[in-house]
Amino acid sequence: MARYLVKRVLIMILTLFMIALLTFCLMHVVPGSPFTSQKQVSQAVLDALNAKYNLDDPLWKQFVDYMIGVLHFDFGPSYKYTGKTVNDFIEGGMPYSGTLGLITLVFVLLMSIPMGIVAALRNGKWQDMLLMFLATLGVTIPSFVIATGLLYIFSFKLGWTPVYGVDSWKGYILPMIAMGGYSISFLARLMRSSLLEVMGQDYIRTARAKGISEVRIIWKHALRNALIPVITVLGPTIANLLTGSFVIEKIFAIPGLGGYFVNSVTQRDYTTIMGMTIFYATVLIAMIFIVDIFYCLIDPRIKYE
Amino acid sequence: MDKKFTMHVDVDAFLPASDKEKEYMVQMRPSSTFFKDGVKRLLKNRVATISFIIIVLITLASIIIPMFWPYSYDSMLGVRPGRPVDPSYNNLQPFSYGRTELKKIEAGEKVFPHVFGTDSAGRDYFIRVVYGTRISLAVGFFASIIVLIIGMTVGSIAGYCGGKVDLIIMRIVDIIYSLPDMLLVILLASVLKMTLGPALAGTALEKIGSNIISLFIVFGVLYWVSMSRLIRGQILSLREQEYVLAARAAGAKGSWVIRKHLLPNCISVVIISTALQIPNAIFTESYLSFLGLGVNAPMPSLGSLASDALNGLSSYPFRMVIPAVVISLIVLSLNLFGDGLRDAFDPKLRN
Repeated sequence: MARYLVKRVLIMILTLFMIALLTFCLMHVVPGSPFTSQKQVSQAVLDALNAKYNLDDPLWKQFVDYMIGVLHFDFGPSYKYTGKTVNDFIEGGMPYSGTLGLITLVFVLLMSIPMGIVAALRNGKWQDMLLMFLATLGVTIPSFVIATGLLYIFSFKLGWTPVYGVDSWKGYILPMIAMGGYSISFLARLMRSSLLEVMGQDYIRTARAKGISEVRIIWKHALRNALIPVITVLGPTIANLLTGSFVIEKIFAIPGLGGYFVNSVTQRDYTTIMGMTIFYATVLIAMIFIVDIFYCLIDPRIKYE
Repeated sequence: MDKKFTMHVDVDAFLPASDKEKEYMVQMRPSSTFFKDGVKRLLKNRVATISFIIIVLITLASIIIPMFWPYSYDSMLGVRPGRPVDPSYNNLQPFSYGRTELKKIEAGEKVFPHVFGTDSAGRDYFIRVVYGTRISLAVGFFASIIVLIIGMTVGSIAGYCGGKVDLIIMRIVDIIYSLPDMLLVILLASVLKMTLGPALAGTALEKIGSNIISLFIVFGVLYWVSMSRLIRGQILSLREQEYVLAARAAGAKGSWVIRKHLLPNCISVVIISTALQIPNAIFTESYLSFLGLGVNAPMPSLGSLASDALNGLSSYPFRMVIPAVVISLIVLSLNLFGDGLRDAFDPKLRN
């Protein structure tokens, strides 16, 4: 176990380093200095700006300095908004994105697992058909379409929810549904097929032969084994939810991280793009790591290589 | 016939068989190839067949309709050279007409209807949707081909060579696999958008637009990994077969063995995963277009049409609904068709 953990952590650090290096290189491939797009900057001002942000240093030194900053959780200043640092953006956006991500994850788990169980237990009946029809729709309709559809019906037509912003708890409902739609459908399908497979196993028949009640068979014997594939894909699902918020936050005008990231991309705010990318990647990879550890603890059959 | 047990030899039983009897004994059906078998099973699958028909219809429509449609995707109908812009053409409802068109109709002329109305710049919305469908389909198709080529090459080399080559390639694949893909897609797309624009100016590729090319590069760089993993797994099991040994004993080189013996044997897996890659690519393209990183401005794609419709959502909801329905229809039928292909051609699942 310890060896496995060390190996995983090393791979994680390597991956993060690769991402940092990659984003750094990408940002420096772009022609022109970060300030050239601003209107009419004199050469003297440009020199002063370059000196201020240490852009005259050789590239490797800039990278080392940047990485040292990142290790101290300092992502540097924003080039576009004077006086703002990338940390300001992250601290400003994180509460909203974090809340949204967390409640969506809970919502996804609470919806998809029962849906999958019901569909599997009523295999072939109308409940199964209906749920699987919904799940098929859920994986084929892009999230921004679901989001705008919900926005149009519940905010514009019915007026039940606010059109934008998250000032009240109501503002989180539609983004949560739109963001979770894909994951709910995907996990429900997975849960159904995995439970169906488990229910056909010999040990379930043995349990039935011993006269154990159906509820107990499902709860004690079938479900615990059927959940394993679902937990396996939970890591990527969390990643999906977090990055899926880019579009959702744009549509619902939520002042979260995704909005800042997309904005910085369209405004070419290089340091913000880099900082956000590294921050996002760290969160994603850490999440996947936690899920993997959890998964190994749950299923003793999985060997640590 | 009542036959008693007797030691006498019945001479009749030793007569040569007549032609009719010979024919009766031979049990032969017309031979069937693996491919024919698969097609037969595919046609039996009603859902997959209907999906295939829908895909073909949409593809044909997106190719043929622009040929005879009187409006083009980028002409603003209210703009006439030498005259002020006619705002009556902007934001038309379906089957309504602009001011000068109404005059023509009064004069008895026939005007081709704007089936889906026009957008905020006075462009015929129907032809924009058709064009957007064409772009989305093309992007999905070519992106999948790129993924296929790169994934197949790398995967087959890793699988066939084994050893150190395999180890190094698979470590690279693992790292790319663990990168958060949407994040890198957005990052790469935005950087390439800035760098490719000037680099392409003046070349033949400029017409396609830097954004689509950067989209292809993004797919080429990031999405080949799952394909190469799949093919590596197939090749690993296939290369132990006797015919590979025979080919190598006869002096065949590695590239020959891969091309002539190994790849044809995993072709069904390749086709299936390519078919399932196309809706994925269409999804990603629409997502990027929605964020403003997709196709270049006047050119529409289904994602950018939906993104544009967001601004006028409360007044013109149909402008959002139409591209959304088309995307969903394409993705749904491609997915169902891909599932059907897998059921029909994957020998492991055959009963």
